[in-house]
This record gives sequence, C-alpha cells and structure tokens, in this order.
Amino acid sequence: MGPVLAGVLQLLALTAALALAYKPLGTYMAKVYSSDKHLRVEKWIYKGIGADPDTGMRWPAYLRGILAFSVVGVLFLYALQRLQGVLPGSLGFAAVDPDQAFNTAVSFVTNTNWQSYSGEQAMGHVVQTAGLAVQNFVSAAVGIAVAVALVRGFALPHSQLRSSGGTPIRTGELGNFWADLVRGVVRVLVPLAAVAAVVLVACGAIQNFSGIHEVGQFMGGTQQWNGGAVASQEAIKELGTNGGGYFNANSSHPFENPTSFTNLFEIFLILLIPFSITRTFGLMVGSVKQGYAILATMATIWLGFVALMMWTEFAHHGPAFQAAGGAYEGKEVRFGVGASSIFAVSTTLTSTGAVDSFHSSFTGLGGGITLLGMMLGEIAPGGVGSGLYGMLIMAIIAVFIAGLMVGRTPEYLGKKIGSREIKLAACYILITPTLVLVFTAFTMALPTPANSMTNSGAHGFSEILYACTSGANNNGSAFAGLNADTQWFNTTIGLAMLLGRFLPMVFVLALAGSLAEQKPVPATAGTLRTDKPLYTGLLVGTIIIITGLTYFPALALGPLAEGLA
Amino acid sequence: MTTDVKRQDLMSTPTLAPHQDAPTGHKPAEGRVGAGLFDPKQLVKSLPDAFRKLDPRVMVKSPVMFVVWIGSVLTTVFSFTDPGDWFGWTISAWLWLTVVFANLAEAVAEGRGKAQADTLRKAKTHTVARRLVGDREEHVPGTELRIDDLVVCEAGDVIPGDGDVVEGVASVDESAITGESAPVIRESGGDRSAVTGGTKVLSDRIVVKITTKPGETFIDRMINLVEGAARQKTPNEIALNILLASLTIVFLLACATLPPLADYAGTHLTMVVLVALLVCLIPTTIGALLSAIGIAGMDRLVQRNVLAMSGRAVEAAGDVSTLLLDKTGTITLGNRQAAEFVPVRGTTEAQVADAAQLSSLADETPEGRSIVVLAKEKYGLRERHQGELVGAEWIAFTAQTRMSGVDVGGRRIRKGAAGSVTAWVRENGGTVADDADAIADRIAEAGGTPLLVAVEDARGARVLGVIHLKDVVKDGMRERFEELRRMGIKTVMITGDNPLTARAIAEEAGVDDFLAEAIPEDKMALIKREQAGGKLVAMTGDGTNDAPALAQADVGVAMNTGTSAAKEAGNMVDLDSNPTKLIEVVEIGKQLLITRGALTTFSIANDVAKYFAIIPALFAAVYPGLDKLNIMGLSSPDYAILSAVIFNALIIIALVPLSLKGVQYRPGSADRLLRRNLTVYGLGGLVAPFIGIKIIDLLVSLIPGIG
Repeated sequence: MGPVLAGVLQLLALTAALALAYKPLGTYMAKVYSSDKHLRVEKWIYKGIGADPDTGMRWPAYLRGILAFSVVGVLFLYALQRLQGVLPGSLGFAAVDPDQAFNTAVSFVTNTNWQSYSGEQAMGHVVQTAGLAVQNFVSAAVGIAVAVALVRGFALPHSQLRSSGGTPIRTGELGNFWADLVRGVVRVLVPLAAVAAVVLVACGAIQNFSGIHEVGQFMGGTQQWNGGAVASQEAIKELGTNGGGYFNANSSHPFENPTSFTNLFEIFLILLIPFSITRTFGLMVGSVKQGYAILATMATIWLGFVALMMWTEFAHHGPAFQAAGGAYEGKEVRFGVGASSIFAVSTTLTSTGAVDSFHSSFTGLGGGITLLGMMLGEIAPGGVGSGLYGMLIMAIIAVFIAGLMVGRTPEYLGKKIGSREIKLAACYILITPTLVLVFTAFTMALPTPANSMTNSGAHGFSEILYACTSGANNNGSAFAGLNADTQWFNTTIGLAMLLGRFLPMVFVLALAGSLAEQKPVPATAGTLRTDKPLYTGLLVGTIIIITGLTYFPALALGPLAEGLA
Repeated sequence: MTTDVKRQDLMSTPTLAPHQDAPTGHKPAEGRVGAGLFDPKQLVKSLPDAFRKLDPRVMVKSPVMFVVWIGSVLTTVFSFTDPGDWFGWTISAWLWLTVVFANLAEAVAEGRGKAQADTLRKAKTHTVARRLVGDREEHVPGTELRIDDLVVCEAGDVIPGDGDVVEGVASVDESAITGESAPVIRESGGDRSAVTGGTKVLSDRIVVKITTKPGETFIDRMINLVEGAARQKTPNEIALNILLASLTIVFLLACATLPPLADYAGTHLTMVVLVALLVCLIPTTIGALLSAIGIAGMDRLVQRNVLAMSGRAVEAAGDVSTLLLDKTGTITLGNRQAAEFVPVRGTTEAQVADAAQLSSLADETPEGRSIVVLAKEKYGLRERHQGELVGAEWIAFTAQTRMSGVDVGGRRIRKGAAGSVTAWVRENGGTVADDADAIADRIAEAGGTPLLVAVEDARGARVLGVIHLKDVVKDGMRERFEELRRMGIKTVMITGDNPLTARAIAEEAGVDDFLAEAIPEDKMALIKREQAGGKLVAMTGDGTNDAPALAQADVGVAMNTGTSAAKEAGNMVDLDSNPTKLIEVVEIGKQLLITRGALTTFSIANDVAKYFAIIPALFAAVYPGLDKLNIMGLSSPDYAILSAVIFNALIIIALVPLSLKGVQYRPGSADRLLRRNLTVYGLGGLVAPFIGIKIIDLLVSLIPGIG
C-alpha cells in the first residue's frame, strides 16, 4: 500500500469514527447542559467552592465567574511552579523562572499550552499532575461553558431551555457559570478522558510515577528518561484541545504517542468535542439542521485543509522527497506523511497545538497551511467551545454582509443582528489580528528578539509569525526552531495568550446577553435560510476572505515566499 | 349601506388620481421597482458639490472614505518631498479622485431631491394669512401663525399653514404637493378636514385652525426629506458602518504592521505604496456608495409620491411580515357592482333585468349605474333615458328611503335594500315570495349584497327578483398576494363586512387571513398580537380612529386625504392616497436593503484580486517566487499598484447608477434571492476586478513617457 493511499484510508477511518460519535456525544452534551439534576459529587463541589448552581446569571455575572476562576488558576499555577524547588515529587527540578512561570501559568489557564520549557527537564510530577493537568480539564470546561452561554443567548427565550441548575431561565440570563464549569469537567471531560487514557495505556503510552532513568544508547553514551502520568495527561491534552506535551517532543514522543493507531486516536480525540458540539448547539436552538450547517462549514474547511496539506507534503519535488515518498523531514516514520498531515491540520484548526511532527520541517506551503489554520481563528472545528463561539461570530458576520441580499435586515437563528450585536462581533474579530500583527511587527522591528530565530530569510520570519499567531489564537503549537524562552517572548506571548483568550470571551458573553434579551423573529419564506448548503458556502467564503485576507501580506513574506520559491 | 358608499364616493371621487385604480399586477414584475432614473449629466452638475464635500468635517461622517481622504493627504505630502516621482503623483491623483467619486455619488443622489425641493419651495411662497381675532380679520405673514390660530381662506387664497377645516367646505388644489391637478374636497368634521399649507383654495370659503408651527409644516418636512437634510442614518446603515469601520481597522493594521516585515525581507515600502495598498483593501466601494444608496432609497419612495418620515420606516418596510390591507379601495374596487339578476319563481331573468334597469335609471350611485350597465351588457337592454318615457315619475335614490324606482304606465317599480323593498311591498298589500328571502340569504352568504326588485301593477305588489351586488376584486391582486406569500409576507384583509362576506372576498382575492366587522380596536389588537410574535406589521389608514393603529404599526402609511391625526401617527404619507401602494413600499424597502448587501458583498469580494495585483508587485523583487501570484500578468510593479488603485476608483463611478437605481428586485423566496445575488455580486465581485485591473494595466502600459 502506497503512503498516499494509507493517508487517505486513515482519513476515511477518522471521519467515520467522528461521524459515529457525533450524534450520541452531541445529544449527551445537550442533555448535560440542560439537565435539572445535580450529581452528588457535583453538590460536594458546589458546597466546597460556596457556589449556588441554581442562580441564573446575566452576562456580567457569568463573565465575572470566568475571570475570577481564571485569575485564581493563574496565581495557583504560578505559585506552584515558583515553589517547585521545595515541593515533594519534583524529581529534583528547581523553581521555574518568574517570566517562564508566568508564561506557562497563563498558557495552561488560557487553553493555549504554549511551552517555552522542556517538560522532561523542567516540570516534576506535582506541577505536571496537580497543576498543568488540572488546567487541561478546567480551561477546556470554561471554553465549553462560554459556547453554551452563547448558544443559550440564541435559543432564549423561545425554547423551554433550562440552565444547568434546572431553574427556568429568565430573560437575559445565560445560565450558571459554576454549574456549567463543573458539569463540563465531571460529566463530559473526566469520563471521556478516563476511557481515552485506558486506551492509550493499552496501546503502550506510559502511566507511572517513576523517577529519571539513565539509559544506554546504541551508539554509546547515555540518555535520561522520565516516567510520569503521561497517558492520562495525553488523553485530556487532546480531548480538551490543550496540546501541552508531557515531554518536549510532544505527541511525536513514543511515550505519549506510541503507535500509528494511537496517533489516529489522538487526532480523533482532538476533533471529537469540537465537531460534536455543533449537534449540542443544534439541539439547544431547536434545530439540528442549524447544527449540521455549522458542522458542514467546519468540515469543509477541515477537509479542504487536509487535502491541501497532503498534496503539498506528498507532491513536493526534489530527489530526497521522491526517494522518501514525500516530505519526510521532521515527521515520524511510524505515522507517515499522510497521518502527520492530518494531525498538523487538525491541531492548528483547533486550539490544540499538540504536534506529532515538526511544523517547521513541513514544506513551505505546508507550514503556511498550519499558519492559516490558526489565523482563521481556529474555528474549523476549533477548540472545545471556543471553536463553536468563534464560528458563530463568523456566522453573524456572514449573515450581516450577505443577509441583506434577501431584502431583510440581518437576522440569525431568529435574532436580529443590529448595531449592538455587530459592534460586539466586530470587536471580537478585531482582537486576534491586532495581537498577532502588532506583536509580530514589534518583534521584527526591535533589534534583539529576532536573535531567537534559528533560520534566516522567509523561514526565519515564519518562526516569529507562527509564535505570535499561536499565542494570540491560543493554539500553543510551535514552529520549532525559535528559542522562545526569552523574557521578550515569555512576556509578549503570555500577554497575547491572556488577551487573545479573555477579551473575545468578554464580547461573546456580552453578545450572548444582548441576544438573550431579544424577542425572536419568526422565520418566513422571506428569511435567509441558514441551514442550507448555500449558506454554508457563503460562510466558508466569508471566513476565508475576511479572516484569511487580513494575513495575506504576512503570509506572503513567510510561507508563500518560501513555498513558491 | 348603499348610502354610505354613495357619500364616500362623492367625497373621494375628486381625489382619485387617474392611475389609482389601474391594476398593477399585470405589469412586468421588474418594471415595478427599480425604474429609477439616472442621467449622466447629473454627474457633471453635482461636481461642485462633490468638491465641497472634501471638507474633513464632512468626510469624517463616513469612516471608510475619511481614511482614504487622510491617505490622499499623506501621499500628496510625500509626493512633494519627492517631486520627480511620477508614481507618487499619479497615485495621489487617483486617491483624490476616489474620494471625489464617493462624494459625487452622494451629491448626485442629493441633487435629485433638490430639484423636487425647489418646486415645493415655490409653493411655499410667503403667504399672507387672514387671521381671525374674534370676529375681526387681520392680515399677518404666514410665518407668524401659531398653533390654534384661526385663519380664513377663500377662493384664490393659498392656505398659509397646516391645519384642520373647522368651518365650511371648499375645493382645494393640492397639486403643489401631490402633483395631481384634480381638486379635492375639504370640509369641516370627519376624515376630510385636513388641509396642507401651500395648497390653494379654488372655491368657497373655509376657516382653518392651524395645527403646526411655521417651519415644521408638512411642506417644510417634505423639503427637508427630499433634500436629504433631515436624513439620519438608519439602524441598519449604522450597523453596517460599524462593520465597515472594523474591517477598515483590520486592514489598517495589516498595512501598518507591514514595514518592519518588509524591511526584514530586504525591501523598503514607501508611504505611497502602503497607502495604495490600504485604500485597495478597505471596503471603499460600499463605503463610498452607502450614503447614496440610502438617499436614493428614500428618493424612490418620493418618486412614487410616498413620503417616509424616517429612514427607519423604509428599512422596517423590508422586514415587514404582515400586511394589513383595507378591503375597499385596496383589494376591491371602491364600489360594489351588479353581478347577476336572480328571478323568484314565476318570473324570468329578463323580466327582473328589465325592471331592475328601469328602477335604477334614477339611481346615480355607482351601484345603480352598474345595474343599468349589467342589464345592457347581459340582456341587451338598451339604456333608456329618463326623458324617453313619457309621463314617468322618477323616484330618486335617497338615504332615507333606500330605494329608487319609477312609476310609469300603471306600473310602479322599486329597487333597493331588502328591508325597504319588503316594507314597500307589504304597504301596497302584496306578499313577498318565500324564495326571495332564500335567494337574498344565499347571496349574502356568498359575500354579496342582495337588492330586491319589486313591482306593483295590475297583479298587485310583488317581488320580482333579486339583484346580486358584488365586491369586485381588482385585477392582478391574486397574483400580487401569491408573490407576497413567496416573499414570506402574510396578508390580512380588514373589512367592516360580516364574516361570511369577508370570507368570500378573502378567498376570491387570495389573502391569507381576514378581519371581519373590524373596529379600530380590533385592528390595534391584531397588530399587537402579530408584534408579540416578533412580526413587523404594515398598514394604511386615513381616519382619525386609525391613528393609534398607524402609530402602533411598524410601517404606517397615512393617506394624504386623511386627517392630520392620521398623518401625524403614520411614519409615511402617500400623497396619491392609494392604499395598494403599501405593497410597493415593502418592495422598495427590500430593494434598498438588497442594494446595500449586494454592494457590500461585491466590495469585499474585490479584495482578493487586488491582493493578487499588489502583493507580487511589492515583494517579487526580494522573493521571486511570489511572482507566481501575479496571475494577471501585470506588466510592472508600479503599473500593477496603479491599476488596482485606478480600478478601485473607477468601480465607484461605475456603480453609481446601480446604487441610485437599486439592484433589480424580483419578488421571490429568500433562497432564490440569495442564490441570484450571491452569484451576481459575490462571484461577480471576485472575478470582475481580475478583468478590470488587467484591462487598466494594458491601457496604462500603452501610455508613453511614464515608468
């Protein structure tokens, strides 16, 4: 079997698995976020944190909950790293430097998982499991909570929606953040991650608390190997679209991702919730077809990107590539070019950032595809929760531009898109390009930061552009090559991650609040149908043109200049 | 019933514009909306205004064009620092042209209103009012009148201000406002009491109570509206401006952050090039035309003699999902007409027809005339003139007797309302056949009005038969409602008729629903019910009792013949007082929104091609691979950038006619509209600039001496 065919078959298997999981998981999540019962363990948690899960929150209260929770998360994670030297179970690692500790704390709380450290050389068991792994769960749950709040904004008040607390929602209320957060962790992420961890262990990923082993190498010399709770962290790393590897080599490390099957399984985990949540959305707004339209948009972009990536990676010319059957540099032989391409596209079109291959070693155009995937705002299918709300914002923009062409003022899912709504959506789409472009320009303009580049020319620029894009979009993957552990990058990328995560949430929740207060407009034959293929096509076009074109000059100077050379 | 109709008819006849009852449904659909006029000469005429608008205080109102304005200033300044560089000067010139073209679009749109305003101003010549103070008259300038002043107007006087007639009846020439030369009757009390300042009394004497302050009169508001002076941005326009501004910021960022990136790549970008790139990327096309589209939309209404008091109302018209239509005058012709003669047992149809015609000769109401006509057309009974029948004694129709007839040659024939004729037959010792009642009931059930025909002759008094009077649905209404249904708009017929009659007419006309025996409160309740379901409602009205409903409706079109209360309450006034126009108002609202959306889509889709022109031009020198993006094969970097800038400017002028006329609108479902417009303006917007820029590049490269 040729490598191309293998790649295509893997893609088909992956798609089939995702399709099988779509209905049950989507439906289950819709039930989770509309159920009126609390589990016993949840009641304990509510009692422990002193929250009343049955109070309805308007958007400012919901936002305050998120911000308070995240600030505590950052402080706790920062403290944990700074105190590593005195903590037990730290494998003898010292405290992390302040700028790197800040960067890492922000990175995991914002679901980015940018790593300017090397896992096996900096973080002990305690920080990894009690700090980083915990944030892998809760930061993902926060993302889903925001998405659910926005969906409720659309759905209210015409369906008999209930908040997680079970109380009927009053006008303008978006549910209860604490209930949404806890349910996301307890009922969705933990059970799924537990099953996934077992599968990974069964396939050879490690799960222990052993120390550092000194191992002899074939060619002489020795090497240090860490143990750790790797499989469990790997599961939530992918499932929660986090991406922070236990080891520096991330998912290309055999302890994290031992076989070709686990590789495909990890891609499946990355895409599982982001795709399935479109059904949750459809059910909650009372039309699964609306969910299918969003799903179709995401799937079109994702498949298109996969096809492009496979094409650039397989078709690359040159004697070495032809001998190897594709652009093999930086890719694991046990995964192959095809699966590595699928992984790279999936990790950058979601906010995951895990890598099973070196994005820097992809062909020029292939590297550009990973960049563009993040630049689109990571919405196809995007991070858990964040992908859906990002896509819904684009849906609003598309409806606004093209919706006028049916001769009505724009409306989406029965809610009018007026000045207030478009203002919030416009602010949302402004944030990431601003962060990416401004930080990139400053990095390039200042004399020292550019010293971190490994390469010169267009490829060197791609390293910087990739880092800023990855941070601001909360992706977390690195183009490799860039030495990001400098004060400049730790600080600026830390800021980019913070602003790139929480500012959009402010606008999404404000938008949700604004929508929730609106009386729905009934659909007529004159209403723009947003559950049809035509609209899906329109949405894809809007995303590519509005978001993609913003970065065209920057892309031209990096990957395009390199890829077209 | 017949009395009322007659009275109303007499009152309203003079106001009927000749085209009012002309069926509109059978015209080609595209002819209805979108027939705006555009004369290239207007461009030249508006040039001075376009330059005047270069004032930054004016420019700042349009964020996108203001950015272009700043860019033009910047490139001009930079060109002065390097005066030998033809490229800088050429780009600057085209950037200024871009701004001027945008201003020109707005100026042309406004110019069309100005002409109309001038005619209106003529009507507003300073009039002298004859103000009543007690019993005394004093002459004061019209501008000094205050609310509640009483003024006298006699034949030949121009009415000095808006008000209500409180005394007298007069015929008034309202052509200054409506353009309609037939005089209208204005009288105190009732629904025909409103008069407008600037109109002229042709006969008789009336006393008018002034209801508006000078400067705020109807004619003043009209002038402001058509001139665009009172134009405020509509909600959707504001929202669109926000989106355009944010896209401008995004592209501003993309351009502003480019120099350090380019420096690293080893090429230096000049200010001129950066500004050129920016102007090409920001949505200048829609930014330039947005305001013109709005003005032109209002103007299209004015051309149809509808005045929208706010742009908001025009937008709301596009969103309307329920139309309340008065039956009489909108769905049916104003009058009922005889449709058939039904004999009772023992008589023939011809006998009934003959008797009906004879007895109707003295009935001058439209119903009476229609009976004569039907008898003539269907039974070949020649219309006899009253003088022909010697010794006939004509009994004219009156509101009291509700009968008309003739006594001739020993026969006494009567025709009229069932109750009156029955009473007459009994008075004269006759009996009413049982089947007469049954026939009358059947007609009533079918939605018609039965009139009895009776005779008293040698055989005594008896009923001969029944005349079936029927509402006549206007031509083409069914198709119109069908179209509205496809557009997702529900039609509700409002009528004072009983439910049976109403149902029959509703079915015949093809409306979706009806409100029978409607009183103003019912109308109000219906509007509120629809609105509670999130629907937008449009209606027409003219009476004072319509005012609350007009105010409640999202689009309330008041008839110009209506009372001032109605005109105040509505957000549009139809100068022709033609209620059918409500449908056109909805279509114009939709067309306005479609035009806006189409040009926005077009503008944004244009960006793709401009990137392909400019990016290789900027960077192919340092990264030769990027020349592969030069798929248009543009001749040189300078020409590529210049061609993109020129295209960007020229497309504005090219689209001015479209923005003024509005995108062609064919009623249809949202799906079909979107498919069509997306193909034309979305795909068209992608492809057109590739072709346009290439052509411009070919032309530019032919010019010797530059480059």
